[in-house]
Amino acid sequence: MNVPEDLLYTETHEWIKREGENIRVGITDHAQSELTDVVYVELPKMDRQANAKEAIAVVESVKAASDIYAPLKGTVVEVNKALEAEPYGQGWIFVLKIDNADDLKQLKDAAGYKNQIG
Amino acid sequence: MSEAAQKCTPLYDEHVRLGAKIILFGGWLMPVQYTSIVEEHHAVRKNVGIFDISHMGQLIAEGSGARAWLNFMLTNNVDKLQIRQGQYTFLLNEHGGIIDDLIVYRIDDEKFLLVVNASRTGEDFDWLKKHLPGHVELENRSADFGGVAIQGPRIRQLCHALFGKDVDLPTRNHIVDLPFEGTNVSVARTGYTGEDGVEVFFRAKDATKFWNAALEQGTPMGIKSCGLGARDTLRLEMCYPLNGSDLSPERNPIEAGLGFFVDLTKPNFIGRDMLLRTKERGPREKLVPFRMKEKGPPPRPHYAVFENSERIGEVTSGTISPSLNWGVGMAYVSAPHAKIGAQIDIEIRGQKFPATIEKKPLYRK
Repeated sequence: MNVPEDLLYTETHEWIKREGENIRVGITDHAQSELTDVVYVELPKMDRQANAKEAIAVVESVKAASDIYAPLKGTVVEVNKALEAEPYGQGWIFVLKIDNADDLKQLKDAAGYKNQIG
Repeated sequence: MSEAAQKCTPLYDEHVRLGAKIILFGGWLMPVQYTSIVEEHHAVRKNVGIFDISHMGQLIAEGSGARAWLNFMLTNNVDKLQIRQGQYTFLLNEHGGIIDDLIVYRIDDEKFLLVVNASRTGEDFDWLKKHLPGHVELENRSADFGGVAIQGPRIRQLCHALFGKDVDLPTRNHIVDLPFEGTNVSVARTGYTGEDGVEVFFRAKDATKFWNAALEQGTPMGIKSCGLGARDTLRLEMCYPLNGSDLSPERNPIEAGLGFFVDLTKPNFIGRDMLLRTKERGPREKLVPFRMKEKGPPPRPHYAVFENSERIGEVTSGTISPSLNWGVGMAYVSAPHAKIGAQIDIEIRGQKFPATIEKKPLYRK
């Protein structure tokens, strides 16, 4: 399973890439292989404010709907519209402008996430 | 649910070995998928797929009067069955509500095999036992048998590979015993996918041998092992009901649109009075198939159904149909709204998505 060293992770299988005061968020390889047959992605609304661990997007497989969480407190500043047409596509789901860069310390590094998924 | 309540079929180790995702279904640890629901679904529509159905229950009723008794317990008419023929039927409670939907096979003049849903086996057995007359014997043989469903257009080819080129396969809804590697297996021409196929029952100890033989012989035909996920998408495209989702003790076969499997000309059977009344008055709600009008999120059980701004019902089954690559489902809606072509809305996470009430089945070849 691919777990890039330069990303941060959540327990709920989001990956996080820091881009200045923003974070770019997607779901991990592990989560995608667990979901399989993804048929629909519901994106968060632009400018939505979210608390850490708040459900703000939905990924639907044939079998079930799974919530995607805001990894940290912040505001949605970009969404990946391409996923609406092609939900199977790899890539990011949304970009969050985070309120407090210190919050990044709450996230797991690659080693911590690898440990979690075994 | 406690560990003790989780039952394994005789094929459980095979599923784990094949890397299946395992879920708890009606008290059983069952494969929901091996690689992908969509891939497994297409294997059945295009080639052939094999499902473990060992969790299903087998009850045997035998004795003089078994035929008359089953005609009192079940909605369809077993008098119409020749020996080795089966029929789809319902077991109802006194209010006409559905305890289970099942297939009853006539094995001999006064001997019948009932193949019932896994999660209802105990309940069915208790209900039947409670109404059992002295001269009929009822046995729950579920633990003795394993079973597989092998479904798809290449089924004949695979059966010839498994049972020999000269073998006569049973005709639709019939069951025959065929020799297989020194033992006998029962082969029924039935299924739950809309494809040609068989359901094979064998002694539990022969399960692994049969499963692996089918996978090996089926390799040139593109066989795939298929889980409950594909079983659900395949049956839903055909609008075959799933007990516990589309059927329940609060629903009767007339509301479910399955009156074809109820013989109201029989003088008496459990639930008949209520069904007659439903038929006379018309059902309050009806189970209807629907198709989403736009590409969007899949409909799911319990989503509310609207016509204009009026709430008219609730979804009982829904998915993205892999064959149609489109959202489809079934819902109970109030009878005046249950018209083919009617425009409805499905509410998904607070937002309404348009859909159309369709004719059965949702998918045609």
